[in-house]
Amino acid sequence: MSTRWSRKDLLGLRELSAEEINFILETTDAFKQVGTREIKKVPALRGKTLVNFFIEPSTRTRTSFELAAFRLSADVINISATTSSLTKGETLKDTARNLEALHADILVLRHSSAGAPQFLGNRLKASVINAGDGAHEHPTQALLDLYTIREKRGKIAGLHVVIIGDILFSRVARSNIFGLVKLGARVTLVGPSTLVPREFEKLGVEVSHKIDNVLPNADVVNLLRIQHERQRKEYFPGIGEYTRFFGLTKERAKLLKADCLIMHPGPINRGVEIDSEVADGLQSVILDQVTNGLAVRMAVLYLCGGIATA
Amino acid sequence: MKQRKQNSSAAVPIMDAEAIRRALQRIAHEIIERNPQLAQVVLAGIPSRGVEIAKRIADFIRGIEKIDIDTGIIDVAMHRDDVGTRPELPVVRASKLPVPLEERTVIIVDDVLYTGRTVRAAMDAINSFGRPAQIQLAALIDRGHRELPIRADYVGKNLPTAANEKVRVRIGSINEPDGVWLIKE
Repeated sequence: MSTRWSRKDLLGLRELSAEEINFILETTDAFKQVGTREIKKVPALRGKTLVNFFIEPSTRTRTSFELAAFRLSADVINISATTSSLTKGETLKDTARNLEALHADILVLRHSSAGAPQFLGNRLKASVINAGDGAHEHPTQALLDLYTIREKRGKIAGLHVVIIGDILFSRVARSNIFGLVKLGARVTLVGPSTLVPREFEKLGVEVSHKIDNVLPNADVVNLLRIQHERQRKEYFPGIGEYTRFFGLTKERAKLLKADCLIMHPGPINRGVEIDSEVADGLQSVILDQVTNGLAVRMAVLYLCGGIATA
Repeated sequence: MKQRKQNSSAAVPIMDAEAIRRALQRIAHEIIERNPQLAQVVLAGIPSRGVEIAKRIADFIRGIEKIDIDTGIIDVAMHRDDVGTRPELPVVRASKLPVPLEERTVIIVDDVLYTGRTVRAAMDAINSFGRPAQIQLAALIDRGHRELPIRADYVGKNLPTAANEKVRVRIGSINEPDGVWLIKE
């Protein structure tokens, strides 16, 4: 029984083949089952050390990786921007080399600069997992989205997936686009033209600025959070206007097919990109995404961590 | 395992389909004899051939005793003690066992019993589902060379081997007949 996996790092979905993505999803099935056992812990990464290195703030991704590592019996250290020596002027490479000198086996990195995980992955023996780098990629989020779609609809190929919101600044959107296109889904991006420029068509997706035309033939709607913290004023006039044109309101949700899935990577801004009734409604799989995120991260840590030390 | 390599190594036939059928039928009888509370028995196959062997034994028990016993799948990849020391990572598959396991007798089913390390990993995996009353072990082939204090309760065939030999088992293939071969390198 050999694997179809040979990478020590997970940097993005752009570089993965459809077969590799499917292999991660199949491995995730096995780890999702562990969550239903009486003892939800397996010894797969016993004795390994994982460093959660988060230069940008994050709660759910970091805790999800942390819990995934615990369930695989790895030891975990958390380092955030404020507690690291980066604030004392140490370079990223020096900090990482220090971590390696402590024999860290897996480095989970969130960084505001695109390419930071690749930079470290090329230089370190340790396995590097990208937990979000700038506006570049967030591969584990896209993998858990793909897994959730596959779980709920039984397939991905041929489905029409509509991604709505701040595409330009979204690493989640980018990773989702790479993964969905490789697995044969039809993808439409929706949002104001400032945040969803036509350039994205080069990635093999459709672009629309009129949400009401797209919703009736969607199989999956993935809503992205409007990132106030990244947004500059010139991109759109205001939150109220965004909701009026692109928010998934109660009324707009009636346009959707009855079996259309509603997804959101979280944290959700209730009343902005999605109404409360819709977020908590029957079509919403937002909490399934959180559960599946744990299983996906266990699979990724097992595969990359196992390869790095082999 | 599905393709037979045509190189210098010699494959000596050990069991044909009929011999395997008879061995599994005998194991079914032994399980019935050893376990008066047959309804409490769970046959847990180790992927992939152990799962097929467990299914066949369950079929024989159904034929003899008219009782459907539970079967399950117990994946050992994430419970192995050698992750990171082997050149290739074992594929993990989802386990499936009926719960709760308390009061049940779980019989681990595998194709070849060798060092015993796989069985140890399987026992760890079973314990993470609960605490069965008893764990037993059935193997189609026992080839010896144990590295742990583990012994099978039910054996299809004892096969003395050298450490540099390999045992190939084919069972449940769509195109080709079942069989067991000893491969001398």
